Amino acid sequence: MDNLVNLLYAAVLAGTPLLFGTLGEILTEKSGNLNLGVEGMMFMGAIAGLAGVYFAEMWLGELTGIICLLIALLAAFVCGAFGALIYGFLTITLRANQNVTGLTLTIFGIGFANFFGEIIASASPTKFMAISTGAKATFANNPLFPGLVELAADNRWIYWINKLFFSYNLLVYIAIVVALLLAWFLNKTRAGLNLRAVGEDPAAADAAGIAVNRYKYLATVIGGGICGIGGMYISMVTAYGVWVHNCVGGRGWIAVALVIFATWSPSRAIFGALVFGGLSILRMYIPLGIPIEIYDLLPYLATIFVLILTSVRQSKEHNIPKHCGFNYFREER
Amino acid sequence: MTEQAAVVAKQHEPWLRIAKRPTISQRKAWSIRAAAFIAAILCGALLILLLGHSPFAVYSEMIRGAVGSKISLVSTIKIAIPLLIAALSVALSFKMQFWNIGAEGQILAGGIAATYFALEWVGVIPAVALFLLMFAAAAVGGALWGAIPALCKAKWNTNETLFTLMLNYVALGLIKYLQAGPWQKPGGHPQIAMFEDAARLPKVFGVHIGWIIAIVLVVVVTIFLSRSKHGFETAVVGQSPNTARYAGMNVGRVLVRTMIFAGALAGIVGFIQVAGADYTLTENTAGGVGFTAITVAWLAQLNPLAMVVVAIFIAVLEKGAGRIQTTYAIPASASDVLIGIILFFMLGCEFFINYRLILRKEGKKRG
Repeated sequence: MDNLVNLLYAAVLAGTPLLFGTLGEILTEKSGNLNLGVEGMMFMGAIAGLAGVYFAEMWLGELTGIICLLIALLAAFVCGAFGALIYGFLTITLRANQNVTGLTLTIFGIGFANFFGEIIASASPTKFMAISTGAKATFANNPLFPGLVELAADNRWIYWINKLFFSYNLLVYIAIVVALLLAWFLNKTRAGLNLRAVGEDPAAADAAGIAVNRYKYLATVIGGGICGIGGMYISMVTAYGVWVHNCVGGRGWIAVALVIFATWSPSRAIFGALVFGGLSILRMYIPLGIPIEIYDLLPYLATIFVLILTSVRQSKEHNIPKHCGFNYFREER
Repeated sequence: MTEQAAVVAKQHEPWLRIAKRPTISQRKAWSIRAAAFIAAILCGALLILLLGHSPFAVYSEMIRGAVGSKISLVSTIKIAIPLLIAALSVALSFKMQFWNIGAEGQILAGGIAATYFALEWVGVIPAVALFLLMFAAAAVGGALWGAIPALCKAKWNTNETLFTLMLNYVALGLIKYLQAGPWQKPGGHPQIAMFEDAARLPKVFGVHIGWIIAIVLVVVVTIFLSRSKHGFETAVVGQSPNTARYAGMNVGRVLVRTMIFAGALAGIVGFIQVAGADYTLTENTAGGVGFTAITVAWLAQLNPLAMVVVAIFIAVLEKGAGRIQTTYAIPASASDVLIGIILFFMLGCEFFINYRLILRKEGKKRG
């Protein structure tokens, strides 16, 4: 049981950046834009979140708590949204090919983050780009209710529940809130309905008086911002507030695959991210007697499996937005 | 009344509207592309300026670092060879709108296959036969890696972008497994042994013969795309699968067949890298070539001859970025940023080739 709890706990921590990326991409794809630049936007968010806190501390001294969190969130969101804005301008206004533009955004974002990461690190006296201990503590996995920890000392069950639900860093809870908000927005609001209409059939939405391009822009840019926060999670939580070269390392691509796994549903994305997060750390918890290198392949093999499975049993309801991947030209409909 | 209506209509006319160009002269199209390219370079110059260096000095140092001496020229060409062949591979799949981003994995699969023979068969058979065997094995390995997603796409319409991407990681994982397990060289580190001399590609004019292979393949792919029935079918499937179906083509078969060719080309890159450049197989054998090749293919508008120029240009950029890292302490990732910016501009400028902007004409003044 202890082992299982530890595995689930680690799976949540590993799955959260995937969840952010997946949610951002779901929002983007619902508007009919297939943005393959998630990896790039996560990289941009990763460096921006870290750099935001790093420079703010240079000006203001050591930061902790809510201010530090807000600065990181804001910087990561803006930078990810900026990447998405480039993509949006090229595909929505200038009608460039979505696939190639997304791939370019990935190349650009990786270069952008590593470039500034190295520049800032080499300019610092320690040759490291790291935030203060206090700021690091903001992103640490602290118990939400310290009172519960005392109780947990005597009762195993309370210990497990406390560990599984109330002892993560704040970004984990934010991710779940974002997922639930997004599910509510897409399924229960008028604007969400309009957005889905834009992704399914922009010509019909246009005829119904929906401002197609405005919806596409907003969804793409906000989606990019959410992806950026996912990247910030990696630099702040996974890498403990220190810039690590190539730190996102393919997680953005898994997020793109998770969108398919979650069949474009934000609430199923929570489950998907947990599964994939679990697969990526499985080897530390459940020995199967196979080489480590093969363990590391599990998330990718699982993605392939899911890709094939979802394509074999195409269901109308849980499918990609019909117009996703194609640009909308009003005068050519 | 009518005049009033005209005024009202004028007020409602947008400041700027776009209209499709019926035709555009090649000269005008290329001058738009050139302008976009210059704008991208200026954008990069701005970035250099912000870092506190002179853009002119940095750019010229990059060019000097890439082609200034025989040694640097040789290593620039060594970067360009795999880029060019991989770009040919990517172009084949992109031609039929099969968004293959798995060239990286196909290169590694080819590298694994070639390395098997280089390690196990060296000295057993004559060198020429060994090279041919490695070449063929690499092509088959790459083709296999490319054909799997194509088969699934043909049969179930599986998303090829993610499938090919995931196969990259699988190939990388296999190499790590081979390094630490079956093919580990004696002595602690997880490494594969260096190839013996008999399994190393010979050199012509100071560069391994990969460059000859590359030139031959450029010609082959050009002929394939513009002169062969297969190439024509590939293009038709890309432009409109329904048209292809209506014309009696088996879309699935074209898909798989073209991906076998594309995968084989990428596999050959793997062979050239292990036997010509690195003399062993590592997880850096592909080293991002499969991804950069996408930009090469796209910048060259999927035209094989243009790819030669673009591949050399990107190689100069990458080699030059290495130089400015040592001279100016500008990180080598600068080349990725610059490639990204150039591509953004090139993608954007196509719009101005296909459409023209019409400003609202200043009409009569109101009142």
